[in-house]
Amino acid sequence: MSAESNQLDPHTWVKSHADYLYAYTIKRISDEEQAKDLVQETFLAALEKVDRFEGKSSERTWLTAILKNKIIDVYRKKSSGLRKDVQAAEHEQEDFFDHDDGHWRSAYAPQAFGIEDVDHLGNKEFNNILQMCLQKLPALWMAIFTMKHMDDADTTLICSELKVTPSNFWVIIHRTKLNLRACLQRNWE
Amino acid sequence: MSQLKKIQYNCKKATFLIEKKMLSRITFREHIELRIHLMGCSVCRVYGKQSRIINDMVRQLFKSSMPGEAKLDESFKKELQERIEIELNKN
Repeated sequence: MSAESNQLDPHTWVKSHADYLYAYTIKRISDEEQAKDLVQETFLAALEKVDRFEGKSSERTWLTAILKNKIIDVYRKKSSGLRKDVQAAEHEQEDFFDHDDGHWRSAYAPQAFGIEDVDHLGNKEFNNILQMCLQKLPALWMAIFTMKHMDDADTTLICSELKVTPSNFWVIIHRTKLNLRACLQRNWE
Repeated sequence: MSQLKKIQYNCKKATFLIEKKMLSRITFREHIELRIHLMGCSVCRVYGKQSRIINDMVRQLFKSSMPGEAKLDESFKKELQERIEIELNKN
C-alpha cells in the first residue's frame, strides 16, 4: 500500500488519497464545493513541496498535514469579520440559566435522553444528528471545537491561529457544548 | 451570598468547570467547588455525563472512516489526476 510506505508517488495520489482527504475535509467543513477545492489545492501545494519530503511520515500523513493547514486558513477567514452567527448562537442559550443565580431554567435543564446508558459510538443515525448539530454552530465555535476535539491541537496554538484570548477560548468551549448538547437532546428521541 | 453558596447554586459556573476540567486543568479550589456543586445538583451530574459521552462521540466521528462516507465523483478525480500529471510534466 502506498499509504504505508514513506515515498511519494504523485501519479497515484488521487487514487490512493483523494477520497480519504475529501472525507477528512467534509467532516470539518461542511461545504462540498469548498471541500473539493481544498483537496485540489492540497495536491497542487504538495507538488511544489515534493523536494522537501523527508520520508519521516507516510505519504497520507504528509498530505493530511498540508490539508489541515488549509482547513485552518478557511476557519480563520470564516470566523473573522462580523460574527453575526455568534450573536445568534449566544442568543439561543441566553435563557438556559437563570440570570440572577445561574441555575438551570427547568425548560432547558439537561435530562437523560438515551445517550447515557447505551453505546452509540458509531451509530449512524446518531452520527447524522451529531453532524447536523455541529453544522449549526457559528464558524468560530465550530473551528475552536473541531481543532480541540478532533485534532487535539494545543490550546495556545488555537488561540493564536484564531485570534482569541485563552479566557475567551474556554468561554467558547463551554458555550459550544451547551448548544450542541441542547441540539442533541432536541433531535434525539 | 458567600462564595460557597454562590457556586453551590450556580450551574452556569459548574458546567463551565466541567468543560474545562475535561480538556485542561482546573485549580484545586475550583475542583472542590465543583464537587460540592455536583453533590447537590443532579441536573449538572446529568450534564457532565452527557458532555463526556458527546466528546467521545465527536472524537469517534472524526477519527473513523465509516463505510458510506462522502466520496468524490470519478470525473472530478480523473480531472484532478490529469491536472497533477500536467504539473508533473512541466518540470
